[in-house]
Amino acid sequence: MSIKEKQNFQTSQGSESIEYPVNEKEVSIFIKKFYKSNIPLEILGSGSKKKIGKPLQCEKTLSLSKISGIVEYLPEELYIKVKASTPIKIIEEKLKKNKQQLAFEPIDFGFFLNGESDYGTAGGQTACNISGPRRFKVGGIRDHVLGFRGVNGRGEIIKSGGTVVKNVTGYDLSKLICGSYGTLVALTEIVFKTLPAPEDSKTLIIHEQKIDLGLYLLEKSISSSNEVSGAIYFPEDKKTIGYSTNIENTFKLNDLQHKGSLTAVRVEGSKKSINERIENLLKEFKITNQKISILETYQSEMFWNKVKNLEFFSSSKNSIIRISIPPSECTNLIYQLSDKYKYYVDWGGALIWLEAFELSEQMFESIKKKVIKIGGYATMIKNSNYLPYVEDPFTINKDRFNISQNIKKSFDPKQILNPGKMYTGI
Amino acid sequence: MTKLSMPKIDRKLISKKDEIVKDLRKLVKFENVLDHEDQTRPFETDGLSAYKQKPLIVIFPENTNEVSKILTYCNKHRIKVVPRGAGTGLSGGALPLEDSILLCLGKFNKIIDIDYKNRCVVAQPGVTNLSITQAVQDKDFYYAPDPSSQIACSIGGNVAENSGGVHSLKYGTTTNNLLGAEVVFMDGTISRLGGKTFDSEGYDLLGLITGSEGLLCVITEITVKILKEPQAIKAAIIGFSSIEDGGQCVSEIIANGIIPSGMEMMDKALIHATDNFVKAGYPRDAESMLIVEVDGTETEVQELIEKIEKIAKKNKSSSIKISKNDKQRMKFWAGRKAAFPACGDLAPDYYCMDGTIPRGKLALVLKEIKKLSKKYNLPVANAFHAGDGNLHPLIMYDSNNKDSLDKTEKFGEEILKYCVKVGGVLTGEHGVGVEKRELMCEMFNNNDIQQQIKIKKSLDGSSLLNPGKVYPILRKCAEEGRVHVHQGKTKFSDIPRF
Repeated sequence: MSIKEKQNFQTSQGSESIEYPVNEKEVSIFIKKFYKSNIPLEILGSGSKKKIGKPLQCEKTLSLSKISGIVEYLPEELYIKVKASTPIKIIEEKLKKNKQQLAFEPIDFGFFLNGESDYGTAGGQTACNISGPRRFKVGGIRDHVLGFRGVNGRGEIIKSGGTVVKNVTGYDLSKLICGSYGTLVALTEIVFKTLPAPEDSKTLIIHEQKIDLGLYLLEKSISSSNEVSGAIYFPEDKKTIGYSTNIENTFKLNDLQHKGSLTAVRVEGSKKSINERIENLLKEFKITNQKISILETYQSEMFWNKVKNLEFFSSSKNSIIRISIPPSECTNLIYQLSDKYKYYVDWGGALIWLEAFELSEQMFESIKKKVIKIGGYATMIKNSNYLPYVEDPFTINKDRFNISQNIKKSFDPKQILNPGKMYTGI
Repeated sequence: MTKLSMPKIDRKLISKKDEIVKDLRKLVKFENVLDHEDQTRPFETDGLSAYKQKPLIVIFPENTNEVSKILTYCNKHRIKVVPRGAGTGLSGGALPLEDSILLCLGKFNKIIDIDYKNRCVVAQPGVTNLSITQAVQDKDFYYAPDPSSQIACSIGGNVAENSGGVHSLKYGTTTNNLLGAEVVFMDGTISRLGGKTFDSEGYDLLGLITGSEGLLCVITEITVKILKEPQAIKAAIIGFSSIEDGGQCVSEIIANGIIPSGMEMMDKALIHATDNFVKAGYPRDAESMLIVEVDGTETEVQELIEKIEKIAKKNKSSSIKISKNDKQRMKFWAGRKAAFPACGDLAPDYYCMDGTIPRGKLALVLKEIKKLSKKYNLPVANAFHAGDGNLHPLIMYDSNNKDSLDKTEKFGEEILKYCVKVGGVLTGEHGVGVEKRELMCEMFNNNDIQQQIKIKKSLDGSSLLNPGKVYPILRKCAEEGRVHVHQGKTKFSDIPRF
């Protein structure tokens, strides 16, 4: 068989095992069928974040890609109701026309996972619950999902929440669905909270700070009343074998005046208020002789888009790990980790994105151990050719595993929805 | 007191009371087990005082291990447990059962850690909401959710009910301000959920237990976010000669991209009641009144107040008063925060309802409430968290009048059904408890409720933790797999259920 024939054969085999329901009722019918015959299913939206989590080898794939479209958008009520596979791009365009936004800043994982822009779908973003740089100020995706509809592992259509912000009627299943990687329900409809988009944005960058000082400035800015909405630190770029990323290539911006490490804070709001805030920050930081850059509106937006979309890693072929920690532990952890890794710090010290060349499973486990010890967790977001598979890309302890397993069974007793996507046995 | 159906009473268990007391006294200090009727009577009700029931035993554990031992014991002996914080809840969530142990967290009253570097406070669940702000305000920090009962309500109760407050439009409710918790499940397992990080990996168990009304676990420690106080805050009191104009003004403020830190509305009855109570200087001739508060930098606050003034005038406001200083601003709020006690002047009793509606439907809903008020011949005053759509109609009644409470409950029920009908929900912040239990089917169908019950059972297999709350038990709609279908029709089939 020629290579082309082989590819065609694989494609035709693949497409036979993919089901494309066109509405919620059909999703329910399909899942009921597979529930009866004990057939595990891979649940997919557009597949843009398919590489996150453990690879699945399911007999069938349930593609929700045809369940797409905006159901209802009421700007004055601050919500948008969409079908699960509605592309985030379409939602954001619609909101932009009304000067609104999804405040959690959906990440475009396409660049770094698949080489080209792909925000994926509403359902995919919800299922992965990985939020952008504004998270520490406005909350994550889990704080912006007001309600959902979906089909559980028995094929039953279920819903929770609603369209209003204040709602304590029954358990808050929306939170449970966020970050469940399709292991509890096949999502069919989601209600997102929308918020007014800020009028303007401005970014203050302080150059050439060592990590201790950089993180101290970030902490100071978030602990001030200046309503900072972005706080990151990029260490100085060193040329190291195995790493191709660098700050200069990522941030080609006219007003970025200096080289070296970047400590950046963003403020958003009306023009007058952001100028006032930047002035306050400069005073509070006691900035006199340090090298600084100030990015206005357009460049500020570009800068944070690049940060948000992980463009720093876009050409990387290495393992990428996401580490969430208490911010006070950040500097110490960085010191504890091997200096051959590349990294940058987001959320004012509460999040580290780590790139590791020739990372072994043992090294990953050692990183995880250090992170767990300080009350955090580490997730393998992208595997490398060197380490194409890890046994436990996510972190969990025994108690939470047992509870999670019970919850999984309450939604999906036969474990047919994305089985093992997060943890073996869930 | 109205009759309330509760889970079947285990008489055999009640007969073993002395034995249970003896056992429990081996787990905690002797004096922390209250078993005499005179000792248990103070705990017979919570903030929903229409319902009363003395528990079999009241117990005050002093640490997490004791909670774990108590739950392990109760799980083994199939004894029902009702957790209780400060007992200020308004939906009967902490109402004891005759054959239950009331597990009081009152001795969990310490702040464990104030961590400015991570901008959080670790507290035991019995600490009051306001104490958290008081513990950090010398460094100009505060805890954002501020329910009206904040001087008395406990932070553990806030987590159990996912309490809100007047600032939740901008700063969110408890669930958005909670970082971690230590909890004990019914089988005695102690678990830590979240911590000092944003988001936790795996299923968001912290999100699930928040607002679970004490049905899934007992909370023994809490970590909450604290925020730096804004540089400037200003509030405006705006009077309107009609409810419609006030409602329209709310919608336009939001449509103009302004998210005030608080936006409250009151109707004429409440304006008078609260103004009589605290002399807040409210516009007594107005039919409706808004308190709008904005925060940020000095310039920003000034800009926003000017914008709001313009929008108010466009919507035919009859008066606008802007706070000149913090003292005056606090005075503006004093009336709103005293809305419930102020109603004590209007009638011997009041019943506070708690639905959420789309903001744009306010005038419509208030019109319906007015109509129902005539139908039931009971006066009503309305407080509305206009920013987030949470409506609190306060129905005035006299509990000495035999049928009055019954009538009031029916009135309240009709209001909540109407809230759901216009796209809202049954409860915004008070919880379902026993009060709205039977109305759950207005919002949810059998599948939805069964899924929730399955989650409950996956964590508490024998349904011993706070039974009889949240989920219907009258078989009116869905309970343990049953759905009531009358003459082939489900109830209110025309009501949109999402």
